[in-house]
Amino acid sequence: MAIEVIKPGLATSVQDAGRPGYYNIGIPISGGLDQYALRAANLLVGNDEGAAVLEATLLGPELLFRQAAIVAVTGAEAAPKLNGKPQPRNESFAVRADDRLTFDFMKAGARIYIAVAGGIDVPPVLGSRSTYALGALGGFSGRKLAAGDIVSTGSAPPGARAGRTLPADLAPIYPKSLELRVLPGLYFHRITDESAKSFFEDTWTVAPEADRIGYRFRKGRPLVFRERKQPFGAGSDPSNIVDAGYPYGSIQVPGGLEPIILHRDAVSGGGYAMIGTVISADMDRIAQMQPNNLARFVEVNMDGALKARAEYKSRVALLTASLR
Amino acid sequence: MSAIRYSFGGDEHVFAEIGEEMSLEAFFKGMAICTELEKRRIAGVSEICPSNASYLVRFDPEVIHPDKMLGTLKEIEAEVGDAELELATRVIEIPVLYNDPWTHETLMRFRERHQDPKSTDLEYGARINGYKSVDEFIAAHSGAPWFVSMVGFVAGLPFLFQMVEREKQLEVPKYLRPRTDTPKLTVGHGGCFTAIYSVRGAGGYQLFGITPAPIYDPAQGLPYLKDFMVFFRPGDIVKWKPITREEYDRDVKAVEAGTFDLTVRPVTFSLKAFHADPGGYSRQLVEVLHGH
Repeated sequence: MAIEVIKPGLATSVQDAGRPGYYNIGIPISGGLDQYALRAANLLVGNDEGAAVLEATLLGPELLFRQAAIVAVTGAEAAPKLNGKPQPRNESFAVRADDRLTFDFMKAGARIYIAVAGGIDVPPVLGSRSTYALGALGGFSGRKLAAGDIVSTGSAPPGARAGRTLPADLAPIYPKSLELRVLPGLYFHRITDESAKSFFEDTWTVAPEADRIGYRFRKGRPLVFRERKQPFGAGSDPSNIVDAGYPYGSIQVPGGLEPIILHRDAVSGGGYAMIGTVISADMDRIAQMQPNNLARFVEVNMDGALKARAEYKSRVALLTASLR
Repeated sequence: MSAIRYSFGGDEHVFAEIGEEMSLEAFFKGMAICTELEKRRIAGVSEICPSNASYLVRFDPEVIHPDKMLGTLKEIEAEVGDAELELATRVIEIPVLYNDPWTHETLMRFRERHQDPKSTDLEYGARINGYKSVDEFIAAHSGAPWFVSMVGFVAGLPFLFQMVEREKQLEVPKYLRPRTDTPKLTVGHGGCFTAIYSVRGAGGYQLFGITPAPIYDPAQGLPYLKDFMVFFRPGDIVKWKPITREEYDRDVKAVEAGTFDLTVRPVTFSLKAFHADPGGYSRQLVEVLHGH
């Protein structure tokens, strides 16, 4: 089974559940940025939840199927079309040989997940098929897809069929303005009391520099770092620290100007103070933010973070139960 | 050394700052704790990342509660305490062509982002560190060996810290604004750290030279990358070997032919012995490299 890439879209790559275990040598977890949507797409076509799919950002690809297949599209609101005819989102559908799959513009959300029964068949590297483009590792030749690429898929599992639907109450919507929950910490004590307040008061706008590595935000008041004699090895700017490991979801503010939230292709460490971390339950929601969408940061404590995580996990369990 | 400062990075990470300043002691303590944590194989722990003067642990809070994770790390801190810090590691010789044409072309291209647009990065580094010439500065950089105190930022990129007294550390600021390009395998310096850029890309370190030795290769073509695609590990000891353009060209040909290899020797490093005689101990390490 093979799919020919006619147009690649803006940034379409092979992703799965991720590649944990190598962050200590700078290889990030990678994998679908919106893990919930990735899981849903796989379950709809009868795959393992964490199988490899195509993740397309902001602009969908144009794909030519060389053989018949069962396909499902989840994530951002962008109607899939087969040979120009609209197909449902969040529902598996049949594709015949020589059918062309295209997408409308993404009205809401930033990433679509295209699952094919049998999964995308690229060689696993360090236990994962995910693409880590910065390191030219995994996925399709270590890079995003390009026109002319021929992508193989595995053989469809016996349960694959068209017409399997995601229940409406389990299909996320993607608002253009949302709240992201943050556990303050790490180097939060380095910013002034006023900045600690303004960070949570202001409405922030997603900058055009928002990708799998990190999401940059603008238009809030600049954050002021407390004056100090910089420690040996830290660098001269007050926002500098001795280079340290960056948690996934951690928020750094180089020069105090624009907060950056690191996502699954994170740089694993560096010399900018992190002032807190977006909780795990909200990481999928960042993945669906488009440039110019708005966010407010909401402070939570560890209990709040764990409660939100439990809610997220029970939603995932419901998703699995309803599609198995 | 004062107590470690712990902080949660969301619901999945503990960050431990051993010291605000960079020091060999902080690095060693972090390595000792991370090594012990690794040994315990605690269920739910997915990443253990030592880095310079801190370390980061990623865990699954459904498997191990954050409070229990933190408790375990504090327990290991107490156990490791101020025990004599020894590290079984490797000493490695890395050839460097200082002042090479490729990083020179790059640094000229980004001159307007530099503190001192009229001099090169090496001239600037030599001057602000009180060296009379670039050659003397290179001699200091390639003299005493360096510790790999962190691997990361991007895949396989080592940060190195020189094994000399604080007053002999070479310090330079990063570029005023980061470059959008740095050649692959550039040897650069920022703050008190030298790094080898494992892949081409953006960067802010001052550019000193280039090594012919690949250090990250998913295709694993060279003998020393057969075991794993990333060469460096935290704790490795590196000695830079200045080479000429002819030697560089010869090495690059060997890399292309798949025959290039590095000199790597096992060694046990003792922090106490190092502190007793930094200069002498460093010379001993270099002798290990040459088979003495």
